[in-house]
Amino acid sequence: MSPEQIAEILKARFGDAVIAADMGAHPQVIVAAGHWPEVARFLRDEPALGFNMLRSITAVDRPAEHVLEAVYDLLAMTPPEGAPDGYWTARHAFAVRIRVDRGDPHIPSVADVWPAADWHEREAYDLLGIVFDGHPDSVEDHDGLHPRRILCPDDWAGHPLRKDYVFPIEYHGIPGTTEYETPNPVH
Amino acid sequence: MARDVLLESVPDLRADLDRESMAAADVRTEEMLVNMGPQHPSTHGVLRLVLRTDGELVLDAVPHIGYLHRCAEKIGENLAPYQFIPKTDRLDYLAAMNNNHVFSLAVERLAGVEVPERARYIRIIMAELNRIASHLVSFGTYGLDMGAFTPFLYAFREREMILDLFEAACGARLTYSYITIGGVTHDLPDGFVERCREFLDYFEPKIDEYNRLLSYNQIFIKRTGCVGVIRPDEAIAWGLTGVCLRASGVRWDLRRCLPYEIYDRFEFEVPVGLPPGGVPPVPAGVPAPKVPAGTCVGDCWNRYFLRMIEMYWSVAIVRQALDGLPAGDYRSKVPRNLKLPEGEVYFEGENPRGQLGFLIVGDGSPIPYRVKARGPSFCNLSIARRICRNCLLADIPAIIGSIDVVMGEVDR
Amino acid sequence: MQAIRGEDILKPRWDPALRSRALRAVCRGCLGALAGAAAGAAVARLGLRGHPVAVLLLVVVPLGLAALAAVAGGLIVLAGPIGRALRRFAAPVFWGAVIASVLLIWGVAELMGFVGELARVDPVPEAVTAFGGPLTTGELRESLRGPGRFVLLSGLLWPLQFGVVRDLVVVAGVVAFVSVFAMFAIWWERKVSARIQSRLGPMRVGGWHGWAQSLADGIKLLGKEDLIPAGADRPLFCLAPYLAFVPALCGFIALPFGAYWVFRNLDVGLVFVLAMVGVEVIGVILGGWASNNKWSLYGAMREACQMVSYEIPMGMALLVVVTAAGTLNLTEIGELQKSGWASWLAFRNPFTFVACFLYFVAALASCKRAPFDLPEAESELVAGFMTEYSGFRWCLFFFAEYAAMFIVSGLATTLFLGAWYSPLPVRWGAVLAEGGLLSRAVHGLVFCGPLWFVAKCILLIYVQMWIRWTLPRVRIDQVLYACVQVLLPLTMLALLGQSLWELLVPRGSALGLAANAITSAIGAVLVMGAVGAAAYGRMNRRRLVGSLAVEHLPGA
Repeated sequence: MSPEQIAEILKARFGDAVIAADMGAHPQVIVAAGHWPEVARFLRDEPALGFNMLRSITAVDRPAEHVLEAVYDLLAMTPPEGAPDGYWTARHAFAVRIRVDRGDPHIPSVADVWPAADWHEREAYDLLGIVFDGHPDSVEDHDGLHPRRILCPDDWAGHPLRKDYVFPIEYHGIPGTTEYETPNPVH
Repeated sequence: MARDVLLESVPDLRADLDRESMAAADVRTEEMLVNMGPQHPSTHGVLRLVLRTDGELVLDAVPHIGYLHRCAEKIGENLAPYQFIPKTDRLDYLAAMNNNHVFSLAVERLAGVEVPERARYIRIIMAELNRIASHLVSFGTYGLDMGAFTPFLYAFREREMILDLFEAACGARLTYSYITIGGVTHDLPDGFVERCREFLDYFEPKIDEYNRLLSYNQIFIKRTGCVGVIRPDEAIAWGLTGVCLRASGVRWDLRRCLPYEIYDRFEFEVPVGLPPGGVPPVPAGVPAPKVPAGTCVGDCWNRYFLRMIEMYWSVAIVRQALDGLPAGDYRSKVPRNLKLPEGEVYFEGENPRGQLGFLIVGDGSPIPYRVKARGPSFCNLSIARRICRNCLLADIPAIIGSIDVVMGEVDR
Repeated sequence: MQAIRGEDILKPRWDPALRSRALRAVCRGCLGALAGAAAGAAVARLGLRGHPVAVLLLVVVPLGLAALAAVAGGLIVLAGPIGRALRRFAAPVFWGAVIASVLLIWGVAELMGFVGELARVDPVPEAVTAFGGPLTTGELRESLRGPGRFVLLSGLLWPLQFGVVRDLVVVAGVVAFVSVFAMFAIWWERKVSARIQSRLGPMRVGGWHGWAQSLADGIKLLGKEDLIPAGADRPLFCLAPYLAFVPALCGFIALPFGAYWVFRNLDVGLVFVLAMVGVEVIGVILGGWASNNKWSLYGAMREACQMVSYEIPMGMALLVVVTAAGTLNLTEIGELQKSGWASWLAFRNPFTFVACFLYFVAALASCKRAPFDLPEAESELVAGFMTEYSGFRWCLFFFAEYAAMFIVSGLATTLFLGAWYSPLPVRWGAVLAEGGLLSRAVHGLVFCGPLWFVAKCILLIYVQMWIRWTLPRVRIDQVLYACVQVLLPLTMLALLGQSLWELLVPRGSALGLAANAITSAIGAVLVMGAVGAAAYGRMNRRRLVGSLAVEHLPGA
C-alpha cells in the first residue's frame, strides 16, 4: 500500500484529527495530539494497515514555530504467506507527526499500544520535555506528573536537547562550566 | 497477531511499575534490594540493574541507564555530517564500521549523493567483517559470563586478525571513521584482498570449533536453554530487532527484507530461532549445526547461537564481495559544506545488534537541524525488565548477555 | 633524551643511599650476632657446663642469625649479578631448587629417624606424643661418625630426640610444603590456563617461564594496604581467612605421603581429613557475612549449600573404598595397594572404579572449582565471598583453596590410585629397599615413595585445572540438582553394589580376579589413551592450531 493510500484511509476514518499529510522522502501524516491514541490503535489493529512495530519516536524542537514535534516511525511487518519459515515482508513504512505547543507540551502515551514506546517516550520527555500523559512509568514532582527520566539523573533540571537549553552552572557541587559568564561559549 | 495477545504483554508493565513497591522502606524483610552495576563484571558496560530478590529468586529487575550519555544528538546539531562520523563510531563502539555505514547512507539519501561501485563493495566488506568481529566479542563475553573463560581468548585471537585488517585499511582498531559520506576515506591497501581471503579461510572452521566447545556443551545449554524466552509477538511489540527478534522465530533482516546498499546482489540466508532438532541454514561446505535438546525458540541459547550462524554468512558475503570487487573510485566528490536540503529522512540499517536508525532533519544548511540515533540496544534492553522476572540471580547475566547490549548505543 | 632500553626497565634499581644503609645495618647485625655467639659460648661453657639447651640458645641461635645476616648482606651486594645469573641459568636453578628441596626434606626425615632411633623412641610416632628419653650430646657425638666432633652438630640434633620438637619440625615442614605447593600450583594454573587459552602465561619473573611469579605476587600481596570495609564485623572479618586456611593445613595431619611419612597415623584418618575439609565452610561463610556486602553474602550462602551438600556423595564414594579396604586408617589403605597397578583400589571391581569418578566430581564441587565455582563466580558476584578481601587475607583464602585441592587429590590418590606406590609391584624392588642411601633413593623413585604420591596428586590437580578452564559454570539450583538427584543415587548404588560384592564374591575367586583384570585393563587403556592424545597434540601442535596462527601468534 502506498503512503498516499494510507493517508487516505486515515483521513477517511478520522477526518479532522488528521491535520495534514506530507509525502516527501519521509511519508507521514500530522495528527492532532488529542486523538493520537485512537489513531495509534487503528494503525496497529486495522488489518489493511497492521503497523505492529514502532521503530522510533523522535522529538524535534522548533522554537521558531513555538512547537515541539514527536515523530513516530512505524513499520508493518507481515509473516510470510504459506511457508512459515520464509522471510517476513515489510508491507509499508509510515510516520506520524504530532505537534504540540512548546509552552505546555502534552501528548497521550501510546505505551499500551506499542510497549516499545515506553522507553522512547521517557527519552523524549527527558531530552525535550514532551509530557506523555498516562505513561506507565510516571512520577509526580514539582514539574507535575511526567514520565520518569531515563538518560539524565532523576533530579536533573531542564531538557538538554532544546534549542534554548542552558547547561547548568553546577550540579550537586560539580561545576558545569568553567566559563561562568557565557552560557553557550563559542570557541 | 491478535490484539489480546499484544495487550497481554502490557498489563504487567502497568501493575509492576508501582513505584511504591520499589521503595526500600517497603521491601519485605525476606527480600533484598541488590544493585548490579554500574560497575560490575557482567553487565556489559555501565548498566545499573536494581534487583529485588528473595534469596536467589529475582522478583523484579529495573534497568537504569544513562551512565554513558554523551549528548551525541546535541553534538549532531553542531557538526556537519562528515564531522559527525567519528561520533557515530562511538555509538556502538564494537561495530563502528556499521554505524558509519548507516549514518552515511542516511545522509546520502537525504542529500542525494551517489556512491561509486567500488566504494559500495568496500563498505559491505568492512561492515560484514565488523559484524564478525562484533559477534566474536559477544560470543567471547557470553562464555565469560557463563564461566567458560577459554572461548573469550579464542574469540579475541580471531578478532585481532580482523582488527589488523582494519588497521591496515584505515589506521584504527576500534573507532574507524572509515566509511564516510560518498564512499570510504581511503582505498584498500595492497594485499588487503589476499590477507582477507586468508583470514576467511582460517576463520571459517573455527566457528565449528566454538560450537563444539561452548554451544553444544550441556552445562551451557542448561544455563541458557529456555531462559528468558521472548515470544515473537512480544518481540515485535517491544521493538526488538536483530538477533533478539530473529531468535523468536521472526525471519526479519533488513538486508533481505528492505535491502539497502547492494545487499541484494549477494546470496545469503538469515538464520532464525529453531526448536530442538532444527538445522539452521549454513553455507555449503560447512558442517551443518543442529539445535540440541533443552532449548526452545526465543531463549538465550538461540539468541547466542544465531550470532554464530550469522558469522558463517558474513564470511560468505565477504567472499562474494571480494570476488566481485570492481576497480574504480573509492569516494565520490562531496563538497565539504554539503548542503542538507529541507526535509527529513529516516533510514535504518542492519547492525550486528539490531536495526540502527538515523532520523536526520535538514534545514538547507550544512549542519543538520536534528540528528536522532535509534540505538538497537536501547530498544532491545527495554524488554529486560519484562523477562528478568521470576528467574534466578544467575540467569540475569545470561539474559543480559544474550541481548548483547553495548551501552554506547543505549545511552548515546 | 636517552633512549630507554627494554633491559633497563626490567632491571631492578636500588636507591644507592637505601642500599648502603641496608648494608650497614646488615653488617652491624652480623657482627653483633657473632659477638653474642662468642659471649654465649663462654657463658654456656663456663657457667652452664655446656648444657645442650644452653648451647642451642646461646650459641647456635646467634650463629644462625649471623649466618642469615651474612646471606642477606651477600644478596644485597650481589643482587645484580645474582639476578642476571638467575635469568640466564633459570631453568637449571629451578630444577636444582626442586631437587635440592626434595633432598632436604628426605635428609631431615632421615636425621629425625636416626636421632629418634637413638633415643629409643619408635620411629613411627604413636597417636600420643612420645616425649623420648634424654639423650646426651655425648652419646650423639659418638654415634655420628666424623662430623660428630663438632659440638654444634650434636647440639643441633639434640632437640630432635623429643617428640614435641619432631612434631614442630614436621608442622613447620607441612606449612612450608603447603605454602610452596600453593605458590607452585598458582603459577602452574596460570601456565595451564594460558596454554589452553592460546597464550603463554607468566614468562618474565625469574627468567624461565616466570617461575618466580608466585613469589613476586606473594611479596606484593604482603605489602598491600590492609583494607577492612567500614561496616564489616572486624573480629569475624579478620578471623575468617584463618578459619578457612588452618583446617586445610590440619588435613595434612593425617594425610600420608609415604609408608612412614605421616604426621599422625590416625585410625580414623579418613574421617578426620573429611572433617577438616568440611570445617573450611565456616571460614567461607564467615568471610561472606563479615564483609557487609550483599554480593559476598550471596557467595557465602551458595558456598554453604554447595559444599555441605556435596560432602554426602563425597563421603559415600569414599565409603565404597572403605568397605573394600576394611579400615579407615589411610596408611593401611595405602599399604593394600603395593602390588602394582592391578592392586590399586580403583580397579578392584567396577563399583570402586565408578566410585573414583563420582568422588572426583564431588570433590570438584567441594573445592569450589569450576564447573562448580559459583561461590566465587566472577561474572555474577564480582568475587563472591572474597570480594572485600585484599592483600594477605585474600592470599590465605587462595592458599586454602589450593591446599584443599591437594588434600582432596591426596585422598583420591590414597584411596583409589595406589597412594605412594608406583604401578610396578613393590616386591620387584625389594632388594633395593635394604641397601644404602643410593639404592634406597632409587627404590623411592621407582617403586614407592612420597614423590609418587605428590606426582599423582599433581596429576589430579592438573585434571582439575583442565576441567576448570574448559567448562562453563553451573547454576546453583542445577548444582544442587546434580548433587541430590544424580550424584547421590549413583553413589548409593555404588555403595550398595560394593557391599554386595564384598559379601558375595570371595577374594581371589574367578569373578573377582576377572573384574579386577578387566577394570585394570580399562584403566590402563584410559591412561594410555590420554598419554597418546597428549603426545599426538604435542607432535601436531602447529598443524592443529592453524596456518595463520603460526605466523601471527607468539610461541605457538
